[in-house]
Amino acid sequence: MITLTHYLVLSGILFSIGLAGVMRRTNLLMLFFSTEILLNAVNVGFVAVSKYYGDLTGQMFAFFIIAVAASEAAVGLGLLILWYKRNGSVDLTSLQMMKG
Amino acid sequence: MEKYVYIALFAPLLSSLFVALFATRPKILFMGILASLLIGASMISSFILLFYVNAHGALHVKMMDWISAGNLEIPFGFVVDQVSVIMMVTVTFVSTIIHVYSIGYMDHDKSFNRFFSYLSAFVFSMLILVMSDNFVGLFIGWEGVGLCSWLLIGFWYHKPSAAWAANEAFIMNRIADLGMLMGLFLIYWQIGSFQYDIVFASIKFLDISIVTTIGIFLFIGAMGKSAQFPLHTWLADAMEGPTPVSALIHAATMVTAGVYLVIRCGDIYSLIPHIGFAIASLGAFVAVFAASMALVNNDLKRIIAYSTLSQLGYMFVAAGLGAYWIALFHLMTHAFFKSLLFLGAGNVMHAMHDELNIKKMGGLYGSMKATAILMSVASVALAGIYPFAGFFSKDMILEVAFNEGAYFLWFALFIGAGMTAFYSFRLVMLVFFGEKEHTKYGIHPHEAQPFVIYALMPLGLLAVIAGFFEHAFRGFVTKLLTNYDIQIAHGTEVLLIAATLGIAISGISFAIYMYSRGGFSKTLENRFCYKLLINQYFIPKLYELYIMKPFGAISNFLWQKIDVKIIDFSVDMVAKILYTSGEKSRKMQSGNLSDMLRWMVVGIVILLAVAIFYRPIV
Repeated sequence: MITLTHYLVLSGILFSIGLAGVMRRTNLLMLFFSTEILLNAVNVGFVAVSKYYGDLTGQMFAFFIIAVAASEAAVGLGLLILWYKRNGSVDLTSLQMMKG
Repeated sequence: MEKYVYIALFAPLLSSLFVALFATRPKILFMGILASLLIGASMISSFILLFYVNAHGALHVKMMDWISAGNLEIPFGFVVDQVSVIMMVTVTFVSTIIHVYSIGYMDHDKSFNRFFSYLSAFVFSMLILVMSDNFVGLFIGWEGVGLCSWLLIGFWYHKPSAAWAANEAFIMNRIADLGMLMGLFLIYWQIGSFQYDIVFASIKFLDISIVTTIGIFLFIGAMGKSAQFPLHTWLADAMEGPTPVSALIHAATMVTAGVYLVIRCGDIYSLIPHIGFAIASLGAFVAVFAASMALVNNDLKRIIAYSTLSQLGYMFVAAGLGAYWIALFHLMTHAFFKSLLFLGAGNVMHAMHDELNIKKMGGLYGSMKATAILMSVASVALAGIYPFAGFFSKDMILEVAFNEGAYFLWFALFIGAGMTAFYSFRLVMLVFFGEKEHTKYGIHPHEAQPFVIYALMPLGLLAVIAGFFEHAFRGFVTKLLTNYDIQIAHGTEVLLIAATLGIAISGISFAIYMYSRGGFSKTLENRFCYKLLINQYFIPKLYELYIMKPFGAISNFLWQKIDVKIIDFSVDMVAKILYTSGEKSRKMQSGNLSDMLRWMVVGIVILLAVAIFYRPIV
């Protein structure tokens, strides 16, 4: 029997993986993947809790997040391609203009 | 009639403000003429008001409400009664002459316009002071004349001595003004109003100790303005200002404000005759004290300044003993002959290229006949020789002292009269007669411009004849002021007059005799009493040693130790902490996105921890 706890544990694991990726990776593309993992970890949590309470709001919110993530990925990838064309690299270390 | 009140009051203000627009421009002759004309308009209005008040009695004008907060109601009101109209006429008359005179005197000064602006502002403040119908208006005028006095003493502010003298005058007056303010607060606290008529009507219902305190505090204010001992040192130093200023402010008008205050508050002082007697005693002391300093001084203007101090002492004797109309009369006659004396001294200074040492002058009669005659007239009036103005007013003050049975005061004033005669003629002899010392310094004196001399003529005339208005004056002002009758047997009175005239004439003759023979021998200058007098009884030194030095030391301590080490330090500390922590945390902003993301995660973790573990106390 798969209970709510299982879903939430899965969501937590996914979130940790995403967070680790965000913190550790220097490749911008990988960062994007990590962000997607983060967002979907949250989605899993939302949907599971929604199902558990029988309240559709959580599932509705998950759709919103998917839509936002899709548009974010579209814009982000566009910028990424431009950056690659200009610099020949998508490494984060090349992006240090805002140094304090 | 109201319109004349407003013209008299606001013409000087208009003059001051308009001329101030051109204050930084080079000399514009028209500004001097305009200022003189506007002050002249004020004078004519004052004279019209004088005749009106004489015929119809006092005039009370309420211009508008000024302060009304809670129970405090202070209107902008003016009262033109017998006392204030006499002050107005005296002030505007002398001011008009001095404005005209200044056109000649300040001819070559590059701040010509600024001078007229200040001078007119002074006249306005003085008129506010004398015309106000409440103590607050009086105080505003009181501070206004103080400010103008500061501006005008320090008119040549590039000279350190002038700047110092201006500050000294201002600070001394501030000290005294504190006393005056205390008096005003006490009046408001006890009576609940600042209006003269209300205050004077209800003052007699107050406890006598409160009235005494009010009287003392108000007199402290008067002491500062009228430069009475021990706040007298500023007046002699105030001679750093241009001579017309000395004539107008430091002889004829502003310094008499203290006397005016005592006269105006006659209803208060008549309740407390012991304080009145103390005022009279101080006045008599200053009369002799200042006259003695004038005996040996060699500075032309300082001699006249000490003489002013001494005459103010005479006025306070009369006012303190309750003879208010006599005090006011002496105030008026003194304004005429003393300003004449100062303006004559201004002519001499110009002729001598700003040399002030009378020992370096001599024989100026040959080149400056008109000035010499005018100054001699003023000196005779000051010495109090019949039939000149000073005789009538000063002699009456002596009779008042005698009448009150204050024989000691009478004797002091009697000696003072002799000294006055001596120093006045010492000055005249050393400046206008005797050896021509100035030729040694290659100075070729010349008489002032004709219009300057003509401007002085009315003052000269009044210095001669003002005394004959005594009866009319008495009848006029005693409608408001309490009358004072001198009840001395006729024979004694004649004897007193003869004695006073005798000592004045012998003072004059002694001065003429000594200085026509070349003056005193030099050995006198080594005597202790000469040193005491020439150093002004060492009072300025005492003030410097026992007040200024300790005060400077305390200030220095507060600055170096308290301010720098504690206050500044703690303020700097805050800035330093912020600055260093900013400098340290700057490294966080490496520009690297990974670092930023890591910091973001740290932030999230902290916020989560707070959200989970923090339980607000309900």
